[in-house]
Amino acid sequence: MPPVQAIIAKELRSYFVSPIVYVVGGVFLLTFGFLAYLYIVFTGAQAIQLMQMQGGTAQINLNDLVFRNLFASMRFVLLLILPILTMRLLAEERKLRTFEFLMTAPVRVSEIIVGKFISVYLVFIGMLLLTTLVPLTLALFSDFDWYPVLTGYLGMALLGGFFLAVGLFASSITENQIVAAFTSFGLLLMCWLLAGLGSLLGDTPAGHVVSYLSFMEHFDHLVRGLVDTKDLVYYVSGTVLMLFLAHRVVDSSRWK
Amino acid sequence: MIEVRNITKRYGNLTAIDRVTFRVDKGEVLAFLGPNGAGKTTTMRILTSFIPATEGTAQVAGFDCAEQPDEVKKRIGYLPETPPVYQELTVSEYLAFVGQLRGLSGKELTAGMDRVMERLSLGSVRQRLIANLSRGYRQRVGLAQALIHDPPVLILDEPTVGLDPKQIIEIRELIKSLTGSHSVILSTHILPEATAVCQRVVIINGGRIVAEDTPDQLSARLRRSEKISVTLRTPPADVLKRFLDVAGVEHVLATSEPHTVLIECALGRDIREEVARFVVGQDWGLLEMKPVSMTLEDVFLKLTQREDSLPKPNDGTESERL
Repeated sequence: MPPVQAIIAKELRSYFVSPIVYVVGGVFLLTFGFLAYLYIVFTGAQAIQLMQMQGGTAQINLNDLVFRNLFASMRFVLLLILPILTMRLLAEERKLRTFEFLMTAPVRVSEIIVGKFISVYLVFIGMLLLTTLVPLTLALFSDFDWYPVLTGYLGMALLGGFFLAVGLFASSITENQIVAAFTSFGLLLMCWLLAGLGSLLGDTPAGHVVSYLSFMEHFDHLVRGLVDTKDLVYYVSGTVLMLFLAHRVVDSSRWK
Repeated sequence: MIEVRNITKRYGNLTAIDRVTFRVDKGEVLAFLGPNGAGKTTTMRILTSFIPATEGTAQVAGFDCAEQPDEVKKRIGYLPETPPVYQELTVSEYLAFVGQLRGLSGKELTAGMDRVMERLSLGSVRQRLIANLSRGYRQRVGLAQALIHDPPVLILDEPTVGLDPKQIIEIRELIKSLTGSHSVILSTHILPEATAVCQRVVIINGGRIVAEDTPDQLSARLRRSEKISVTLRTPPADVLKRFLDVAGVEHVLATSEPHTVLIECALGRDIREEVARFVVGQDWGLLEMKPVSMTLEDVFLKLTQREDSLPKPNDGTESERL
C-alpha cells in the first residue's frame, strides 16, 4: 500500500473511532434536515395562499424557494462545523508527539498533507451524500429541476473542500486544536466578509478583485445552476493554495 | 555506519550541541550518556533527518542526513523520547500502519508484525487499543515500531524509560541481541544501562562530548588508586589509624557504614592478602573484603562536574522544541 493510502486509511479509522464524526455529522444532518423542513413548510404555506388567491393550482418553484435558500444557509453551517473536523489533523500529531514519527518515516510532507486532506474530504462527502435523501424524498412528491440541485451540490462539495483546506492549514500552525479551529473560523469569516467589502467598493477594479476573492458570489452562481469555469478555478485554486501553505508550514517546522 | 563530524546546532543564541564528532561501526551498540538537556535528543534528531544541523555533517550508511533524508529515513528505526503511538488504534493496527508507511505489504508486513510482537511480547495485547495500555506496553509498542522494517540502524532515545525492572532487563537483552547485526545508538542517563549493553560510551554534557571510550577503559582511565572495602565485626575506635601500619596502605577512609572502611593503595598494587592477614591477626572479625572499582557513575559525575564549572552553552530546553 502506498503511504498516501495508508495515511488515508489510518485517518478514516481515527475519525470513526472517535466521537467527532458522529457529533459533527449528526449536527450537520440535523441542521440540513431541519432547514429543509422549514423551507418546505414555508413554501407549502405560500402555495396555499396562492391557490386561495388565484384559485385552482399554482406553480410553485421548489428550486428557488427551497433549494436555493437551503444551500445558501448551509454555507454558514459548513463554516461552523468543518473547522471542527479539521482541527485535529496536524495539531494533534504535534501535541501527541507523533509528528516526529511521521517526519522521520520515509514519507513526503506532500503525501502527509494530501492523505490527511483526502481522508477528511471523504468524511465530508459521505455526510453530503446522506443529505441527498432530502431532494430524493421531495422528488417523490413534486416536480423540480434537478440540474440546479446538482450544481448546488457541486458548489457545496467545492466550498467544503476549500473550507477543509483552510482548516488543515490552520491545524498545521499550532499544536492546540482549539486555536486551530478558531483560526479557521477567523480566516473563513474574513473571506466571507470580503463580499461586503467588495460591494462597498462597488464597480471599481479593486471592488471586482475583492468580490472575486470572497467565496459568496461563486457559490451563488453554482446554486443558480450556472457552472462557470471561473468559479471552479476559484475553489480549486483556493484549496490547492491552502494545502500548499500547510505543506510549507509543516516542511519549515523542521528548520526552526 | 554512522559518521558524525563536527555538528553544531544552534537555536538562535542557544547552542544545543557544539562540534560533536563520533562514529558508530556496523554492528556496534553505542551509548549516548548525559544528564537531561545535554544535547542527546538534538543529536538524535539530526541523525534521523528530523532537523538539520547548523554546521557539520552527519551521515548514516553513507547518506548525508541533510542532503538525502529519504535514503537515511529508510535505513533508520527511531524511537523518540515519547513513544509515537496513536491512542485510537489497536496495537496491530498501529504496527500495520507503521509497516505500510515503511513500504511493507502483504506477507512481508505480516511477517514483520509477527516478528516484533514476538520479540517484544506484545502478542497478548495485539487487539487492544493503545489508549488502554500501560506506559511500559506503550514503550514496547514504540520499540516495535522502530524494529518492524528490520533497519540496519537503530536510534533509541531512552528506550527503557517507564518500564519495570523485569521489562528493563528484557529490553536490554533485546538490544544486546541486536549487537553484530545492527548499529544502535541509545541515549540514556541511567549509567548501568550503558555498561550493561554497550560496547562504547559517549558522554555528552552541555552540548559537548566530554569522553568517549569503552565502559571499562573509561573507569580505568579515571581511577587514580586501588580501593578495597573492608567490613569488620568489632573494629576498634582508632581503626582508621591502625590500618596505616599495613605496608602499602596510603589512605584509610570511613564510609557511611560504621563497620566498613575504605582502604586505598597505589595503582597497580594488590594488598588484599596483607590486609586480610593483618585483620585476622588483630582478631577484628573480618566479615567482608572486596575491591572497589570506580563505577561509570563516578566517572560520569567526575566528568560532568568538571564540565559544570565552565560556562554552559545549553540550558536544557532542547526537548521542548519541535
